Amino acid sequence: MAINILMPALSPTMEEGNLAKWMVKEGDSVESGDILCEIETDKATMEFEAVDEGVIGKILIAEGSEGVKVNTPIAVLLEEGESADAAPAAAPAAAAPRAEEAPAPAAATPVASTPVEQDLPAGTTFKSQTVREAIRDAMSEEMRRSADVFLMGEEVAQYQGAYKVSQGMLDEFGPKRVIDTPITEHGFTGIAVGAAFAGLNPIVEFMTFNFAMQAIDQIINSAAKTRYMSGGQMTCPIVFRGANGAASRVGAQHSHDYATWYAQVPGLKVVMPYSADDYKGLLKSAIRDPNPVIFLENEILYGRSFDVPEIEDYTVPIGKARIWREGDDVTIVSFGIGMQYALEAADKLAEEGISAEVIDLRSLRPMDTETVLKSVMKTNRCVTVEEGFPVASIGGYISATIMQEAFDYLDAPVINCAGKDVPMPYAANLEKLALVTTEEVISAVKSVTYR
Amino acid sequence: MASAKKTAKKPAKTSNLDKEELLEFYREMLLIRRFEEKAGQLYGMGLIGGFCHLYIGQEAIVVGLEANAKEGDQRVTSYRDHGHMLACGMDPKGVMAELTGREGGYSRGKGGSMHMFSREKNFYGGHGIVGAQVPIGAGLAFANWYRENDNVSFAYFGDGAANQGQVYETFNMASLWKLPCVFVIENNKYAMGTSLQRASSTPDLYTRGAAFGIPGEAVDGMDVLAVKAAGEKAVAHCRAGKGPYILEMNTYRYRGHSMSDPAKYRTREEVQKVKEERDPIDHVRDLLLTGKHASEADLKVIDKDIKKIVIEAADFASESPEPALSELYTDILAEAN
Repeated sequence: MAINILMPALSPTMEEGNLAKWMVKEGDSVESGDILCEIETDKATMEFEAVDEGVIGKILIAEGSEGVKVNTPIAVLLEEGESADAAPAAAPAAAAPRAEEAPAPAAATPVASTPVEQDLPAGTTFKSQTVREAIRDAMSEEMRRSADVFLMGEEVAQYQGAYKVSQGMLDEFGPKRVIDTPITEHGFTGIAVGAAFAGLNPIVEFMTFNFAMQAIDQIINSAAKTRYMSGGQMTCPIVFRGANGAASRVGAQHSHDYATWYAQVPGLKVVMPYSADDYKGLLKSAIRDPNPVIFLENEILYGRSFDVPEIEDYTVPIGKARIWREGDDVTIVSFGIGMQYALEAADKLAEEGISAEVIDLRSLRPMDTETVLKSVMKTNRCVTVEEGFPVASIGGYISATIMQEAFDYLDAPVINCAGKDVPMPYAANLEKLALVTTEEVISAVKSVTYR
Repeated sequence: MASAKKTAKKPAKTSNLDKEELLEFYREMLLIRRFEEKAGQLYGMGLIGGFCHLYIGQEAIVVGLEANAKEGDQRVTSYRDHGHMLACGMDPKGVMAELTGREGGYSRGKGGSMHMFSREKNFYGGHGIVGAQVPIGAGLAFANWYRENDNVSFAYFGDGAANQGQVYETFNMASLWKLPCVFVIENNKYAMGTSLQRASSTPDLYTRGAAFGIPGEAVDGMDVLAVKAAGEKAVAHCRAGKGPYILEMNTYRYRGHSMSDPAKYRTREEVQKVKEERDPIDHVRDLLLTGKHASEADLKVIDKDIKKIVIEAADFASESPEPALSELYTDILAEAN
C-alpha cells in the first residue's frame, strides 16, 4: 500500500524547513537507507533517508521549496506494481495518545505588542532578523571593531555553531579568532579567563549553560572575584554566552535555567534578553564591557524574528529594563523567554479589560528595580514570570524588593509565576506542566486584581 | 622597590659559576626565607589572619626560574604565593601589608595572603582553588600566542593540583595550540597532609604531559642552579613556538601546609633530614664560600640587609591603616567606558 513520506523534524524545536534538493525522481526504486532528499533549516542540513523500500510514485513538494511544515507529505512511496493513484489523499499527522492535553506548539510568530519607550532617533528603519542572526551580527561587528575580540567554544568554527549562531564567522575571521575547542569546558573557560586577564576580549560560547556547570568554578572564583581580590588592579573583560533554560524535550540535564545562579554573584554582570534587537544591542555592550558578562540566550528564541533597528553600531546599555507595554492595572515583570508568556497574557487580559504594564528586565545584574518599583507604585500590583525554579528565584527577589521599597503601594501580594520545583521531565505533557504558561500568568493577574 | 627584579642578563654558566649571579640567588632566596619567617611570627602575634601558606624550603624554584624571565613574561600560582611575588620583584612591604589586611597591601587589604596581583610585574595571582591557576596560566600564554610575541607564561602548581582534571584539559589544549607555557609542578611531596604516594597512581609527575606530547623533566628543586638550567631549556622551547613544557621540581616544604598543621603526616626526622642535607640556601652559601666568591663577612652584610628589608616590611604592614570602610563596595566592577 502507498505510503506518504513526511517532512521530518531535524531537531526538537524545528517547525518547518526547506526541501533543498531531491536525490531521487518519480519512478525510481528505493531501498531503506537510500538518500531521498536534502532538508535544511536555519541551523542544520540533513540528508533524509528512505525507511521503507518501494518506488517513488509522486513528488509532492518540489525541490527548492521553503517553509515546508514538519509532517507535511513530501512524496508518495508505492509498493512494486502499485499505481500512483493509490496514494492516500492527505496524511493524517501522527497523533500520539495523550494523558491529558496535547502540548501546543510554541508560538512561531512574535507577539503583536509594540515596544514603547524605545529611545531611537526619528526616522529609524528596522529589519526583521532572527535572534540567531542578531547575535552573530553583534559578535561580527565587535570583532571587526577590535582585533582583541575573539570567539571560542565547541563547534563554533567549522561546524558553524551547534545552533548555527556563528555561521560564516570562520570564513570572515579565520581559525585564530574563531576557535573550535575540545569538549573541555573547565579547561577552555580557564584559558579564556587567563586571556582576558592578559587584556584580550574573549567571547566564550557554551553550547548550553548546562555544560558551563563544568566551568562554573572558573566563572565565579576566577572571573568574577579577581577584580575585588586584586584591589581593583585586574580586569576580566570576557563574555560567557550560550543557550540557557528549557529548549524542547531535551530532558533535565539540558533544560536548566541558571539565571538566578549567576545573578547572585558580585563581580558579574548578567543579561538575559528576549527580543533580537536587545540581543544585538546588549551583546555588543557586553563585549565592550570591561567586566565578565554572563549572556543567557534561549534556544527556542534563536529562530524567532523581531524588528532590529538599522542603526550603525546599535548598542543597548546593560542594567536598564524595557517597558514593552504600558498599563495601569498590574505590572508584569519578566525576562528572557518568560516575556513571551507575559506579553501573551497582557494581550489576552486586554481583551478582558485588564490593562497590564509589561516590563522586560533584560539585565538581571545589575537589575533595574527602579523601573519595576516606579511601575508598581502606579499599578499597585505585580506578577513576575520566569521559567527557572521557584525557590530563591528572580521573582522572589523582586517581591522582597517591592515589599521593602513600596509596601504601602501594594494592593495585593506579589505572585511569582515560575517553573515547577522539579527536574525537567521528558514526556511532552509533563514538560509542558513543568514550565510556566500564559494561563498561569493570566490567572495570577486575575488573582492580584481580585477579578 | 626594596628588592630589584633581576632578569636574565647572562646565559647560564653552571660549570663556570658566576659570582654575581650566585650572590643574587643567595640574596633573593634569603629574602623569601626571612620574609616568611617574619610572616609566621606576625601570624603568631595575631597580625595576620586566616590562611597563611609559607614557602620556606622551596625558595630555589622561583628564584632559579625567574632568572630566565624577561620583560612581558607572566607568572601565576596557587595560594602559596609569597615567594613568587618576591622573586618577580614585587615590593615586600606591599606583600606583607596585604598579609596584615591593610590599605598598603597589593590588593589594598581585600585579597589577603592567597590573593595578590601585580599588573606591573605581570603577576596574575594568588589563586585559592587548587589547580585553577593552570588554565589561567595557559590563557596568559594564549594571549602571547594570539599577539604573536615571544613571551612565555609560568604556571606554577603543586603535586596536589597535578591530579586535578582541569590540568589535563589544559595540557591538551596547550599542546594542541602550542601555547608558550612552562608548567612548573612544585612537588613538595605533600598535598596538604596527603603524601604523593597516597594520592598519585604514578609518582613521576614530569611524565604527566606525555599523553599530550608535552616534554617534561624532573629537576632538583633544591638546587637553584639546576632549576635555572632546566628553566632555560623550557623557556627556550616555549619562545621558539614549540609549545608547552613541564618541569617537575622536587622540593620540600619545611613548614606546615598552612599555619595550623597537625604535623602528624610526616616525621620530625624526615623534615630535619631535608633541612640538614638539601637546604637550597645552605647549598648556595656553600658554593659561595668554598668557591671563595664570598667570605662569611660578605654574607653577613647580605643577611643584615635582608633583615632590614624584612623589618621595614613588617613595620609598614603593622602601621599601614586598615582599609576605609567605604572600600567595602569598591573594586567589584570596572567602570564601563
